[in-house]
Amino acid sequence: MMKLSLGPILWFWSKQTVFDFYANAAEWPVDTIYLGEAVCSRRRELKPDDWFDLARDLKACGKDVVLSTQTLIESEADLRRLRRICDQDEFVVEANDQSALQVAIRNNLPFITGPSMNVYNVATIKVLAKQGLKGWNLPVELGKETLAQMIQGLNEEDLDVPAEVFAWGFLPLAWSSRCFTARHYNLPKDNCEFRCIEHPAGMELRSRESQELFRINGVSTLSGSRYDLMRELPDMERMGVSTVRLSPEYQGLEEVVKRFDQVRRGGTPTTDPLQLVEVPPCNGYWYGKPGMDLVG
Amino acid sequence: MELVCPAGSLPALKTAVDNGANAVYFGFRDSTNARQFAGLNFNDKRAAEGIEYAHLRGARVFCAINTYPQPDGWEQWKGAVDRAASLGVDAIILADMGLLDYAANKYPDIPRHLSVQGSATSHEALSFYKDNFDIRRAVLPRVLSLDQVRGVAKHSPVELEVFAFGSLCIMAEGRCYLSSYLTDESPNTRGACSPAKAVRWQETPQGLESRLNNVLIDRYGQGESAGYPTLCKGRFEVEGSVYHAIEEPVSLNTLDLLPELQKLGISAVKIEGRQRSPAYIADVARTWRHALDNLESRPEAFTVEPQWRSTLAGLSEGGLTTLGAYHRKWK
Repeated sequence: MMKLSLGPILWFWSKQTVFDFYANAAEWPVDTIYLGEAVCSRRRELKPDDWFDLARDLKACGKDVVLSTQTLIESEADLRRLRRICDQDEFVVEANDQSALQVAIRNNLPFITGPSMNVYNVATIKVLAKQGLKGWNLPVELGKETLAQMIQGLNEEDLDVPAEVFAWGFLPLAWSSRCFTARHYNLPKDNCEFRCIEHPAGMELRSRESQELFRINGVSTLSGSRYDLMRELPDMERMGVSTVRLSPEYQGLEEVVKRFDQVRRGGTPTTDPLQLVEVPPCNGYWYGKPGMDLVG
Repeated sequence: MELVCPAGSLPALKTAVDNGANAVYFGFRDSTNARQFAGLNFNDKRAAEGIEYAHLRGARVFCAINTYPQPDGWEQWKGAVDRAASLGVDAIILADMGLLDYAANKYPDIPRHLSVQGSATSHEALSFYKDNFDIRRAVLPRVLSLDQVRGVAKHSPVELEVFAFGSLCIMAEGRCYLSSYLTDESPNTRGACSPAKAVRWQETPQGLESRLNNVLIDRYGQGESAGYPTLCKGRFEVEGSVYHAIEEPVSLNTLDLLPELQKLGISAVKIEGRQRSPAYIADVARTWRHALDNLESRPEAFTVEPQWRSTLAGLSEGGLTTLGAYHRKWK
């Protein structure tokens, strides 16, 4: 049976909200939980030790825990935080940047590449597999055809590196050194007043025809529609996907997890998760179309 | 510091060399490079001619193969590396780890430059590419402030090339999928951002509208000058306000930073714009040549001449330039 994972929280939530979220998640039928700040170095509601404590608690609850690293590394301070995350031997790390690859490899620490790492072909996986790669995420803009070819190629090479697919949530599409939330409030990034904490589901960016295009979330830009591959789970199972990733949201995730769990066990969900929250769904990337499209 | 200029065509390549480029970079006529435009780029014959022209005049030639091959494109991308090698280029500009590995093993003597598409923003990331693929040089993404460039340069295991002038990508290059979200092509997969095939212009009672795959990117009132609908430079609505929510249509211009970049030991400055005309390349290359020559001869007395500034402003998006992320307040 395919595993379910919770990706790192991409939004900025208060410490209590994060703790409450994971206290609940400990009871959910998810196998793997990614923990840590992957977006902005200024988000420090949880200190590194808080994350480590949380990681140990969730591990004690039977979850596989992976520590996520920051996607855009800009400064020595960012590198210090990265080294701190990699300076342990209890947890695998999710490398979201080549800096993390370098530090993990140096420390002989096993790693998984996150969805923002450009793993587009088997040759790339071969390079990393020699150095501690324990799993890889399909980049979000790639679809089932490429994935099937990748998995087939790995099998031919006798490389056992499990594949993970981002299957539910707002797609992380871009990272900048500019903070778009601060820009919206006319604040300098260095003095951003941490306004994104007021937007636990990001800020909607619409066209002037009210089409939901993107979600602004600090230095990251996410999709305006919610990616939903629940109906594609049987495809993934056939292909040999190992893990299906759900991206944390502020509300309603428990229900989503429940339904994905039903489907991976071969069941039919009683209601459609698309109806849970009023956001347009999309699945275009999976079918080789523009990401925002909804096929079927 | 070396002046590295874009060559989208043979005339552009010759113009760049004639106007003082120390090196030019080009791509093949397909998706293997990040400037896939109809009618642009080189076949092998043109490339050979360009390389000969440049070499006879003491300029170097780099070949950009800086998009990310998927399994069904692997042979084509690998073939592009083979073609570049047999043409005798002075360096290959690569981003994909698989392809870097291939080039490093098969052609160890041809220098490898890490493309900006490789998203290396720290000396640890540079060390990763150096240790694994023995890259000689890396092009830094346009997201670092000058202080951050200083930090990277201090510990960098390789030569650094930075963007000096041209279109401004404000997202970390190599990790931006905005274009494939709205269209079916991205810089990583097809070497295209906001591809022309998806662009539509329309006069409406509300004004001139630019659309990308039918999504309204911008609408221009009377007297407003319209620009290409690069999706991150449109006007959008966030919580009731309509504005350039991501970035204004401006160009990057770092003339003012030249002395500082030299002090940091930056090896080369890069001009963006393989999609530009030879006339544009001539003006830009000549201006930067003057600036670099002045810097070379009188580093302490370097000032930006008003003429350079106005020439470059005239060639910029919306007539505006910015220091971009180099200037921390931009963020």
